[in-house]
Amino acid sequence: MRSIFSSLAVTAALVLAFGLSAVTYGKQGAGSPGDPDKYQVKIDNFSFTPGSLTVPAGAKVTWINHDDVPHNVVSTDKKFASPVLDTDEQFSYEFKDPGTYAYYCSIHPKMTGKVIVQ
Amino acid sequence: MRKFIGPGSSDDGIDRRGFLKCMAWAGTGVFCIIQGGVLKSYSLSQMAQHGVDAAKGDLSFVQISDSHIGFSKPANTDVTATLQEAVAKINALPTPPAFALHTGDLTHLSKPEEFDTLDQVLKSLKTSKVFYVPGEHDVLNDNGKQYLERYGKGTQGEGWFSFDQKGVHFIGLVNVLNLKAGGLGTLGREQLEWLESDVKRLKTSTPIVVFAHIPLWAVYPEWGWGTDDSEQALSYLKRFGSVTVLNGHIHQTMQKVEGNVTFHTAMSTAFPQPQPGTAPSPGPLKVPAEKLRSLLGVTHVNFLGGKHTLAIVDSALQS
Repeated sequence: MRSIFSSLAVTAALVLAFGLSAVTYGKQGAGSPGDPDKYQVKIDNFSFTPGSLTVPAGAKVTWINHDDVPHNVVSTDKKFASPVLDTDEQFSYEFKDPGTYAYYCSIHPKMTGKVIVQ
Repeated sequence: MRKFIGPGSSDDGIDRRGFLKCMAWAGTGVFCIIQGGVLKSYSLSQMAQHGVDAAKGDLSFVQISDSHIGFSKPANTDVTATLQEAVAKINALPTPPAFALHTGDLTHLSKPEEFDTLDQVLKSLKTSKVFYVPGEHDVLNDNGKQYLERYGKGTQGEGWFSFDQKGVHFIGLVNVLNLKAGGLGTLGREQLEWLESDVKRLKTSTPIVVFAHIPLWAVYPEWGWGTDDSEQALSYLKRFGSVTVLNGHIHQTMQKVEGNVTFHTAMSTAFPQPQPGTAPSPGPLKVPAEKLRSLLGVTHVNFLGGKHTLAIVDSALQS
């Protein structure tokens, strides 16, 4: 029930933010090469999924918070930081240079993840 | 049905089985007294019916925690109303508390209007003063700048402070800032140094009450329910005969006695959280509407001067 509600809300948010149709977003999970939201990290149950994401240089990664509590996404070595994301809010960052980018939620620091840029 | 629990074999004089019996009542409200190393417990309803002399202590105060003003998800769509009910419960106490402690997560998203609503509700609290420590929800986006402007007057560093009331030394600590990746709550070097020097001048007979948002004991580190450097803080308090540690954050009552230190966590006034390990993660727990108020509440603490007696009562909004 909750997850259906969440995905509907996310879809609505995306439609507002990017003018994408709900159908386009629905297909988005499969990921078409030109899709700007191809690389996503879900925040659910106090964890980042996938915990490790590998992307090509120049990729834009989007984090979406599905929890009922706010989270954020903060680079461990301060390369990037999101504002606080309330339920269904999202944050994107473009990774230009190859490398491993560790990040965590500075509100709930047990939550950690990394993006590997090739 | 008063239960007197005799001393066991351990040095602290508290019989473990007896203590657990006391613990088992915590969910519905329990009244525990540690007097001369002997722990006694009473149920809240017994207290209400017959009255307990010990409840009229030399100093009494209340702890409010995790009001999360601004939260509106299904677990509780009206957290302002339940905070108001908590205030009404406190205002109905036979002896007005000397002051109130709010152990953090005043707001859900650190929004100015959320702080305003909290202030508005707590204005009707019949007590002379409210002392605050921040929760992680109160320092979002600005590292606690707004929190300090509103509640940090007369405090040190990021908002820590101490004060004395009727011979009891109170210490408010901040463990929700500068958190490190993979870690738990953090006090930090500067605060620890301050704490060490703050208690240096005190006699070992001085009762100490420490309060902070995240538990200062390892309740459940897997969920972040603990503080990385709490052991160092507690090492400065080892020489004292009576130390009480009051925390919030986990939205449920839990108690532990270790030597002279009693650890206690309070209920939230906003929403319950699952018991450690009983869900995939912490977070707001949706319960049937008729059950919600039995899982929300406040804590009432009494000190009996001279006898080193402490009484902690957890009181739900509805039993």
